[in-house]
Amino acid sequence: MSPTFEKYFVPEPSKFPIFGSFALLCIGAGSVMWLNHTGPGPLVFFVGLATLIYMLFGWFGQVIRESESGQYGKNVDASFRWSMGWFIFSEVMFFFAFFGVLFYVRVIAVPSLGSEESVSVLWQGFEAVWPTAGPRAEEAFSPMGAWGIPALNTLILLTSGATLTWAHWGMMKDNRTQLKLGLLLTVLLGALFMGFQIYEYMHAYGEMNLKMTSGIYGSTFYMMTGFHGLHVTIGAIMLLVMLFRVMAGHFTKDNHFAFEAAAWYWHFVDVVWLVLFVVVYWL
Amino acid sequence: EQSSVNLQTPVTSVATEIYDMHTLMMIICLVIFVAVFGVMFWSVFHHRKSKGAVAAHFHENTMVEIAWTVIPVLILLGMAWPATKTVISMKDTSNPDITIKATGYQWKWGYNYIKGEGEGIQFVSNMSTPQDQIQGRAAKGEHYLLEVDNPVVVPVGKKVRILLTANDVIHAWWVPALGVKQDAIPGFIRDTWFRADKEGVYRGNCAELCGKDHGFMPIEVHVLSADKYSAWVADQQGKLAATKEDPNKEWALQELVAKGEQVFAANCAACHQADGKGMPPAFPPLDGSPIVQGDKAEQIKVVMQGRDGTAMAAFGKQLSATDLAAVITYTRNAWSNQTGEAIQPAEITAALN
Amino acid sequence: MSAVTPDQVHDDHHHHGPTGLMRWITTTNHKDIGTMYLIFSFIMFLSGGVMALTIRAELFQPGMQIVQPEFFNQLTTMHGLVMVFGAIMPAFVGFANWMLPLMIGASDMAFARMNNWSFWLLPVAAILLIGSFFVPGGATAAGWTLYAPLSVQMGMGMDLTIFAVHIMGISSIMGAINIVVTVLNMRAPGMTMMKMPLFCWTWLITAYLLIAVMPVLAGAVTMILTDRHFGTSFFNAAGGGDPVLYQHVFWFFGHPEVYIMILPAFGIVSEIIPTFARKPLFGYASMVYATASIAILSFVVWAHHMFTTGMPAATQLFFMYATMLIAVPTGVKVFNWVATMWRGSMTFETPMLWATGFIFVFTMGGFTGLICAIAPIDIQVQDTYYVVAHFHYVLVAGSLFALFAGAYYWLPKWTGVMYSEFIGKLHFWCSIIFFNITFFPMHFLGLAGMPRRIPDYALQFADFNALASIGAFGFGLSQLIFIVAVVKCVRGDGKKAAASPWEDAQGLEWTVPSPAPHHTFEIPPVVK
Ligand code: HEA
Ligand code: HEA
Ligand code: CUA
Ligand SMILES: [Cu+2]
Repeated sequence: MSPTFEKYFVPEPSKFPIFGSFALLCIGAGSVMWLNHTGPGPLVFFVGLATLIYMLFGWFGQVIRESESGQYGKNVDASFRWSMGWFIFSEVMFFFAFFGVLFYVRVIAVPSLGSEESVSVLWQGFEAVWPTAGPRAEEAFSPMGAWGIPALNTLILLTSGATLTWAHWGMMKDNRTQLKLGLLLTVLLGALFMGFQIYEYMHAYGEMNLKMTSGIYGSTFYMMTGFHGLHVTIGAIMLLVMLFRVMAGHFTKDNHFAFEAAAWYWHFVDVVWLVLFVVVYWL
Repeated sequence: EQSSVNLQTPVTSVATEIYDMHTLMMIICLVIFVAVFGVMFWSVFHHRKSKGAVAAHFHENTMVEIAWTVIPVLILLGMAWPATKTVISMKDTSNPDITIKATGYQWKWGYNYIKGEGEGIQFVSNMSTPQDQIQGRAAKGEHYLLEVDNPVVVPVGKKVRILLTANDVIHAWWVPALGVKQDAIPGFIRDTWFRADKEGVYRGNCAELCGKDHGFMPIEVHVLSADKYSAWVADQQGKLAATKEDPNKEWALQELVAKGEQVFAANCAACHQADGKGMPPAFPPLDGSPIVQGDKAEQIKVVMQGRDGTAMAAFGKQLSATDLAAVITYTRNAWSNQTGEAIQPAEITAALN
Repeated sequence: MSAVTPDQVHDDHHHHGPTGLMRWITTTNHKDIGTMYLIFSFIMFLSGGVMALTIRAELFQPGMQIVQPEFFNQLTTMHGLVMVFGAIMPAFVGFANWMLPLMIGASDMAFARMNNWSFWLLPVAAILLIGSFFVPGGATAAGWTLYAPLSVQMGMGMDLTIFAVHIMGISSIMGAINIVVTVLNMRAPGMTMMKMPLFCWTWLITAYLLIAVMPVLAGAVTMILTDRHFGTSFFNAAGGGDPVLYQHVFWFFGHPEVYIMILPAFGIVSEIIPTFARKPLFGYASMVYATASIAILSFVVWAHHMFTTGMPAATQLFFMYATMLIAVPTGVKVFNWVATMWRGSMTFETPMLWATGFIFVFTMGGFTGLICAIAPIDIQVQDTYYVVAHFHYVLVAGSLFALFAGAYYWLPKWTGVMYSEFIGKLHFWCSIIFFNITFFPMHFLGLAGMPRRIPDYALQFADFNALASIGAFGFGLSQLIFIVAVVKCVRGDGKKAAASPWEDAQGLEWTVPSPAPHHTFEIPPVVK
C-alpha cells in the first residue's frame, strides 16, 4: 500500500434511504388520493412530507458530520463535484423540456391552429396571435409584460449572483464577516424575488384574469415561472443552510464544497431566469 | 386473394411504390444479413477450439474499419433515394377532385363530403359486425370486424383528398391497399390523398390506440366507376332530402322511444351498455342515474357538451336534433327510468342556441 | 447544527452491520444492492410476462374470450411499462452495481448510501404502478407511451402511473449520476479511460443518456397531470395546445430510452465474445466511438415514431435520414463482434451461446428497425404487429438475451458456484426457438395489416396469432429453466468456481475470489 493512498469513504449501512422511499410512497399515493377526492389523501401526503423532511435533516446532518470530522478526502470531494454538476445538468434538461414546449407551441401549434383550413373547418374566427388562450378561450386576459416586476426581478437575481460571489471571496480570504453578510444578502434577495413573484401571481389572478386555466399562455406561463420559483425556493433554502453552517463555524478556505454546490445551483437558477425573462416575458 | 405474409395488393401509385420499396429493402437487408452471418457462422463452425483452432491475435485495422463504415453509408444512400421521392409525392395533396372530411370519434368515423361531386353528403360509419359474432355466440362472417354500416364511396381514378380530424382522442385512418395512414388529431386538421386505380372494396382499421373499442372501428372504402359513383351520389342526396325532418314537428313519446332505442344502440351502448348498467366507474350506469331521472336540462347539457376529462363525448355536433331528442327521451323512459317525459327536437334546437 | 462528532471512524470493516431483513434494507454495499436490483427486475419480468401471456391467450383465436377490451388495453399498457421500467432497465443497473466497481478496481460505488435509495425507490414505484390495477377504473390503458389526450381521459390509475414514473425517474437519475461519478472518479491507478472494459464505457454513455432524458419524461407526465387536474391546456387544441406536442416530448425521451436498454447489452456482449473467442476485441476504440455516435444520434431521430402524425415533408425526410444513419455505428459493432470471432479459438459455453444468439437475432431486429425508418414504408407498418415484432427482436432477443448472457457469465463470480451447462444450454435453445416462433410470425401479421393494441382481429390473421401464442407460452415456460439454474448456484449445488472460471477472461473482476467477497478492492489494484 503506497503511503499516499487515501481510502475512499464508504458509509455505514443507513436507515435514511428507506425513510425516503416510504416518504415518496406516501407522497405519491397521498397526492393521487387527494387529486381524486378519495381516501385520506391529504393525511397520507403530509405524513409523507414530514417523513421526507425528517429524512433530509437526518441524512444531510450525517453527511455534514462526516464531512466536518474529516472522513471525506480529496476523492470524495471530487465525487461531490462531478455529481452536483451532472445533477444540475439533469435539471437543465427538465427546463429544456418546457422551453421546447413553449417553442413548439408558438412556432408550430398555434400557427397551425390559425391556418386557413383549420380556421375554416374547425375554429371559425380564431386568430393565431401570441399570446393566446386558444381558439375556445372562455375569457379574455392580459398577458404579463416584461418591464415591470419581471425586469426588477431580473435585476434582483443578477445582484444576488454578485453578492454570492462576493460571499465566496469572503470565504477564500477567510473573511467570515464578508461571507456571512454576502450569504445573508443573497438569501434576502432571493426572498425578495419570491415575494415579488407571489405578488405578480396575485396581481395576475386578481386584476389581469391571467390564470393557469388561461389556455396555453396561462399553462406555459405558470408552469415555467412556477417551476423556476420552486427552484429559487430550494436554492434559497440551500443557501440559508450554508449560512447556518457558516455561523456554526463550518467550512474552511480549502474545504467548502457544500457552499460551492449551493452557489452553482443558485447560478443555474439565475441563468434559467434570464432565459425565462427573454422567452416568456419579453418576446 | 389477400396475402397473409406480405403487404396487401396495392391499388394506388403510392401503395405500389411502397410495396416495391419494401421488397427491395428486404432483399438488400437479406443480402447483408446472409453475408454477415455467413462469415459469422463459418467462423463459428471452423474456428472452434474443439477443432484445434488457435486464436490469432490481430486487431484494429483502419482500412477495414473505414470500409465497413463507408459501404453501409453508400447502401443507405441508395435506400434513401427512392424513399425521398415517395415521401414527396405522398405529401402532395394539391388539386384534388374530391375532398372528404373524416372525423374520428370514440369509436366510429364520421364522413363529410366537402368538395367535388357529392358535396354535402354526410354520414356516420359504425362497425357492423354483431356482438354475437364477437362473443362467439354466432359464426364469424367473412369480413369479421372489417365491415361497416355506411362505407366511404369514391370514384375510381380520381384524386381524393381526405381531411382528417378527431373529436375526442387521436385516431388514425388507415387503408393498406390505398397506401394511406394518417393520424386524426383532435382540434387539428391533417390531410392525405389517394387515387385508386381499381374498383373494389378496400378495408382498413383505426390505427391509433383510442380507448376501449379501438379494435372495433374499421374503415371500408368502396371504389366505384364514375357512373356508379354518380348514381350513388344521387341516391344519397335523395335520401338526405327525404329524411330531412321538420324540426318543429311534435313527436309522440312512443315514436321518440322507438327511434331513440336505435340511436342508443349505435352511439351509446358501447359504453353505457344496452341494459343501461354501464361499466362503472369509467362508464357510469344510466339506469337509475340521478341525472337521467332528474332535471332534463342537465341531461341535455351533458349529452350535448360531453364531460371533460372522460370518454363522454359532446354529441351536440354529431347527432341531429331529432336523434338527440329521441335518445334522451329513450334513456328517460327505458329500464327503471320511467319518467314519462318526452323531449322534443325543438327543445334541443333551443338548447343549441 | 450540532457539534461535530465523528460518527464512527473505522479503519477496518470487520464490524457487524445489521443482519436479516435490515441488512438488505440498510445496505450500502454495491454487491448487495446489485443483487436486489437483479431479483427485483426478475420479479418484474415475471409479472410483465404474465400480462404478456394473458394478452397472447386472448389473441390465441379471434373473438373475445378471456378479458374485456378495456382490461386488454390495461394489460398491454402495463406489460410495456413493467417490462421497460421494471425489468430491463433495473436489470442493467443491477449489472452495473455488481460489476462496475469490480471492473475498475473501486471499493464501492461513489455514493453508496444514495445507491441504496436508488434501489429502494423501485419497489415503491412498482407498488404504485401495479397497485393501479386495483383502484376504481383500473390501470391506465393509454399504451406505455401514455399519449395525450387518451391519457387525460383515464381514471386515477393514470395518476398512480404518473407518480410511479416520477419516482422511477428519480431513481434512474440518481443511479446514473452514481455510475458516471464512479466511472470518472473511482478508477484504480493506471485504469485509464481507454483501458476500461467496454461494459464500463457503454454504461457511462448510457448514464449520460439517462441524465439527459429522464427529466424530459418527468416533464411530459407532469404536463399530463396538470392537464388532467389543474386545467392547463398543453395537449388540448381548444386552449391552444397540441396533442402531438406530447408525442414530441415523449419521444425525445423515448428514443434515447430504447438505446438506454441496448447499449449496456452491447457492453455485456463485448465482454463475452473476446473471452470465448480467446482473442482481443477487434476494434476497441471504434467500439467506444460507435457507442458514443449511437448515443448522440439518438437525440435527433425521435420523430421516426411520428411519421403518421402528419409532419411536413422536410421534417419527415430529416428524421428518416438521421434514423437510417444509426445503422452505421450499429453495423460497426456487429462487424466488430464478427471480426473478433473470426479466427478465434472459440468454445460455446452458455454465455457465448447467448451472446452469439444475441448478435444474430438482434441484427434481425435492427434490420426491421431500418425498414421502419423508411418513412413511406413506416406509413404502412406503423402501429401494426410489424413494429411489435421489431421491438421484441431488439428488446427480448437484444436486451433480454444479453442480460441472460451476462448472468451466466458472471453467475460463478456472484455465487462462487458454476451453473449447470446442461441447464444453461437448454434454457438458451428453448428460448431462441420459442422466441422466434412467437415473434417471427408477427412480421407477417403486421405486413398483412394487423394493427397493434387490439383485443380481437380479422379472420385472416388467425393462424399466425395462434402460432405466436403457442410460442409465447413455450417462451414463458423456458424462462422457468433460468430460475432452476440460478437457484442451484445460490444453494451451492454445483462445481465450485475458481477466481477465473473462464480460460481466457480478462479484467479485474476475475482477480478476486469467487464468490466475490463482501468488500473488494478496498486497496485499489494497480493496473499496468
Ligand atoms: C432496444 C431497443 C431498440 C433498438 C436497439 C432499436 C433500434 C432501432 N429502431 Fe426501434 N423501436 C423500439 C426499440 C428499439 N429500436 C421500440 C420499443 C419501438 C416501439 C415503440 C412503441 O411504439 O411502442 C421501436 C420503434 C421503431 C420505429 C417506429 C416504428 C413505428 O412505430 O412505426 C422506428 C422507425 O424508424 C424504429 C427504428 C429503429 C432503427 C433504425 C434502429 C437501429 O438502431 C437499428 C440499427 C441496427 C441495424 C441496422 C442492424 C445491424 C447493422 C448492420 C449489420 C450494418 C449494415 C446494415 C445496413 C447498411 C443496412 N424503431
Ligand atoms: C422491454 C421488454 C419487453 C419484453 C421482455 C417483452 C416480452 C414479451 N412481450 Fe412485449 N411489449 C413490450 C416490451 C417487452 N415485451 C412493449 C414496450 C410493448 C408495447 C406496449 C404498448 O403497446 O403500449 C409490448 C407489447 C407486446 C404485445 C402487443 C400487445 C398489443 O399490441 O396489444 C405482445 C403481443 O403478443 C407482447 C408479447 C410479449 C411476450 C409474449 C413476451 C415474452 O417474452 C414474455 C416472456 C416471459 C414470461 C412469459 C414470464 C415468465 C414465466 C412465468 C411467469 C411462468 C408462467 C408461464 C407459463 C405458465 C407459460 N408484447
Ligand atoms: Cu380510433 Cu383507434
Ligand atoms: Cu425510436
